Parts: sequence; C-alpha cells; structure tokens
Amino acid sequence: MRAASTTELMAVAAAREIADGEIVFAGTGLPMLGAMLAQRTHAPNMTLLFEAGAIDPRMLHLPMSVGDSRTLVGVAQAAGLFEVFNYILQSGRVEVGFLGGAQIDRYGNINSTAVGDYHHPDVRFPGSGGSADVATLSGRTVIMAPHERRRLPERVDYLTSPGWLEGGESRVRAGILTGGPSALVTTMGVIRYREASHEPYLDSFHPGTTPEAVREETGFPLDISDSTETLAPAPEELEILRRVVDPEGIFIKP
Amino acid sequence: MEDKLKTLGEAASLIASGSSISIGGFTSQRHPTALLRKLIKDGVRDLIIYCHSAGSDVDLLIGAGSVKRVEGAYQADGVFTPISPNWRRFVEAGRIHFEDYSNASMMARFAAGAMGLPFMPVKSMLGSDLMERWGFSSEERKVDPEAAPAKVHKMECPFTGQQLALVPAIKTDFCLLHVQKASPQGLLRIEGQEFLDVQQAMASRCVIATCEEVVKDEELRRNPELNRIPHFAVDAVVHLPFGAHPHSVHNAYDYDPEHLMEFSRASKDDASFDRYLERYVFGPDSHEEYLELIGGEARMRALRARSGLGYNPELARRGGDR
Repeated sequence: MRAASTTELMAVAAAREIADGEIVFAGTGLPMLGAMLAQRTHAPNMTLLFEAGAIDPRMLHLPMSVGDSRTLVGVAQAAGLFEVFNYILQSGRVEVGFLGGAQIDRYGNINSTAVGDYHHPDVRFPGSGGSADVATLSGRTVIMAPHERRRLPERVDYLTSPGWLEGGESRVRAGILTGGPSALVTTMGVIRYREASHEPYLDSFHPGTTPEAVREETGFPLDISDSTETLAPAPEELEILRRVVDPEGIFIKP
Repeated sequence: MEDKLKTLGEAASLIASGSSISIGGFTSQRHPTALLRKLIKDGVRDLIIYCHSAGSDVDLLIGAGSVKRVEGAYQADGVFTPISPNWRRFVEAGRIHFEDYSNASMMARFAAGAMGLPFMPVKSMLGSDLMERWGFSSEERKVDPEAAPAKVHKMECPFTGQQLALVPAIKTDFCLLHVQKASPQGLLRIEGQEFLDVQQAMASRCVIATCEEVVKDEELRRNPELNRIPHFAVDAVVHLPFGAHPHSVHNAYDYDPEHLMEFSRASKDDASFDRYLERYVFGPDSHEEYLELIGGEARMRALRARSGLGYNPELARRGGDR
C-alpha cells in the first residue's frame, strides 16, 4: 500500500481527536474527511453537525461545503442555521469543533479574515463563517492548518476566532467560560497546549520530519521536549479514507 | 386570495438601486441566481447586502459593481472557491464597504428582525476582533440611515452577570429566495436544509420568491408541516425552473462544478469578469436563453438530482473532467 500523504496523515490525526459518542461540529474541507473517517472507524456513535442544517448524517459522498445536499443522506434532521447555532452550539451541546484558518498564533487564536491592515488588507479571506462561534462555544476545538512559519505567527493580524487569547486565564476574563483549543493539527505535526498557562508544545511530529524542523517552521516559541513521532495511519484507516471517504480524489490525490 | 405570480422582469422591477437586500441559500446552494442576473442586467446598483455564508450569489453582484456594502460572515463557494474572488479583489482594492460578523451573530441579527426585537444577545464575538474592529465607525454610521448606530454592544446580563454581545436587528427592503415549491398565493415549501431563509424572509419588508415548481395552494396545505413561509409574508412568486443555476437545489439539481470554476477563473480582473457578464448576464434575452447557453437539456440532465438522494452522485466534481 502507498505510504500516507500529508493530507491523509492530517485527516487520520483529526479523526483520532474524536471520541466515540461525541457531538462534533465540522467545517468544510479536511475536518469533514476526519469526521467521516472517525464515523467509519472508532467512533460509529458520534453525531456530526453542519451549521447549514444537517444534523447527524450518514454521508455517502464527500460534501463540497457544509451546505451541500450530500450532508443530508441518512440525516436525523434537515434544519437550518437557527437550530444548529442556538439549540446545539450556543446551548453548549457541542463537544468538539473542527476549524481551519489562514493564520494560527501562539495561543491558538485563528485569523480567517485578513492579513495586513483590516481596512486595506494585503490578502482578504472569506471571514469567520461559523468559525468564531465554534471556537467560542464548543467544549474543545481542533484546528487544522498548513505548517508554514508565516501562517503560524506570534500574534494573528486579525483575531477572528478566539483560542486561548493571551494564554493563562485571559479567555475566561474575556467572558468565554468554556472551551478552547485542544490541538493544532498541521502538515508537520500535532501541537497541544499546557494546562493553566496554555503555552503550546509539540506533541508529535509526522513521519519524515524532526522536532527541530517543526520548531524552525513555527513563528512562535515551541517546546519540543515532549514530542514523539505521530503514530502512522493503520492500513485500514488509509483504505477507508481512499476508497470510501474520498474515492473521487477531491482532497486525497491518488 | 391574491395571485402573486409575476414574470421575472416584473419581479425584478420592484427592486430599486440603493435597496437593502438579503439573499436566500448558503454558499453554492439554492440562491435565486437568475433573479440576481436580471437585477444586474436591469442596472440595479448600490445594493446594501446582509448575508451569512454567501457564495457566488453575492460575488456575482460584487463583480458586476452592483454592491455598495456587505454586512456578513463568509464569502466562499466551499471547495470550488475557498475565497470568493470578486469579494477578495474588491475589498483589497477598497472598492466596497464591509462589516464582519460571525454566522451565528448574523443569524441572531436576522432572527431579531424577524421577531420584531431591536437586538439579540449572543455569546459569540467575545474576545474577538469581530467585537473590537469595525468596518465602519460610529461617525460613519451616524450619517448613514441604513446602518445600525453600533456594530455590537457588550453588556453584562442583568440576571446572571454573564458577559454577552448584543447585535442589532436587521430589517431589509427585500429578501430574495429560491425554493422548490410555491403556491401562486405565496405559500413556500423548502426541501432539505432551510439555511436561514425563514428568518431572512420574516425580517424583510418585501419577499420575492423564485421557484422550481408552482403548486396549487390547497395541495401545499395537505402537508402543512412541510411549508416554511406563510403566504402573507410573500409579495411575488416567479416560476423559474433551474433558476438557481449554477447553484444547487436539493431534490432538483446539483451545483454545476464546471460553471462555478469558470466563474472563479473569470473573476480574476475586471476585464475578464466583464466578458463573463457579457456572455451570461447581458447576452441572453431570457432565462430560457441562458439555459440554452449553458448547455440546454443535455446539461440540465447531467445536473439533475437522483430521487432519494437529492443530488447527482455521478456528477464530475473535479475541475475540467466533464
């Protein structure tokens, strides 16, 4: 079997962040891949949610966005933004939320709005969508991003979605009483956050790289002393990912 | 009861330049795109748009120079276009006014408008630049009758002391929807996700719905639990099969990957987008001519949803492999 690509490693790592039975909020892209894989492997009793209205689907085909009709196969309810955001997310029922972003900083704050000056940006992105809501209101969040120094700065240019803000107790002081990032899954490894200080540390580095190389590509101080190599995907996980979750090769290139 | 059936031209003529509008659907799904093309063709400009997760619906209007301001949360067509290209181009060049919210806070703003409340509290936006950074300032808001006096207001709950963000209600001049079924009297049925269509409709002074199918009112009333928007809230109904193309309509047809990619490529600069508009918006004399232009019966057949799934599982979704 062909060795796992970076995309596949990330999808598998994302899937492993989901425990069976959890209520999971997923955005467009790699999080969907991870969630669909988890549902077909170790977490058959998880409940998947999409903000556009799909509640607990049994998808047969990968959606191109969270509003796609493909999210409605075998679904418990086809609702809308009002139900999902109010009754499920804001009420505190979501256990884990998956997010992406253009910049992720030291404390897991996400920028999906603009790089450079807000009013006259160098690059303008789509904006929050549900990201700020999921980051604020989920029990914990898993962030997925390409690992490049410029994308992982000390501080985001625009703070779209709150992580641990400035570390320590700053998130609670801002009035956000629950949640916070539990992992940042990148193309190079998995970063987690210390208890209380919420300082980032490298938990694992993907096969083919080294902890030092990961630190070198990171724009904020990264403790690499506790890192081990990311557990390689099992052949069964890769098989399901390639043949069942994304056989069209929308994300997984054959 | 009053018959509200109108032609596309009659419905579009209700909307004047400078109006505030919201558009139904979500990213690449169930937008009244044929109606938007008609607005552009009719020269409607300076629109103020309220949205949540928009896609190439709002981006079409932006690229055509029809938009003065956008208040919303997200501009992208999912995997097809991870950043709406005209949106990006216009913001970076300072050619459009904008205000950023999150989807849940835009949902709360529409819900407040729909419920006749002046604002809604949300737990979102706290600790975020969505709270701290404003697209337009208090001073600019003072001289703009359409803008809320403040983007957001932070408060402590008088009962629990919890910190909350209050967001201002939205009331639009027009809400433009595309639905699967409508009665001539304006009763609307939505299949699949409703997205935020109900709240957007009820937060608007005038609702225009284009639809795949016109169904007798008494027939829709046989399964009232499936109906979503009452007839008295709707002002005009236009029968417009394939009226959402290139976007999808659950149970009717899929999104058109080839067209969405063409849209994306065309949006790289003004000259190239003008050519897109010339071909697809100004060229065809009617919606029927537009449908011929995009490939007629054969293309529509290729996009048709499979019964029981609501989409076409055979659709080629990776660019250029039709």
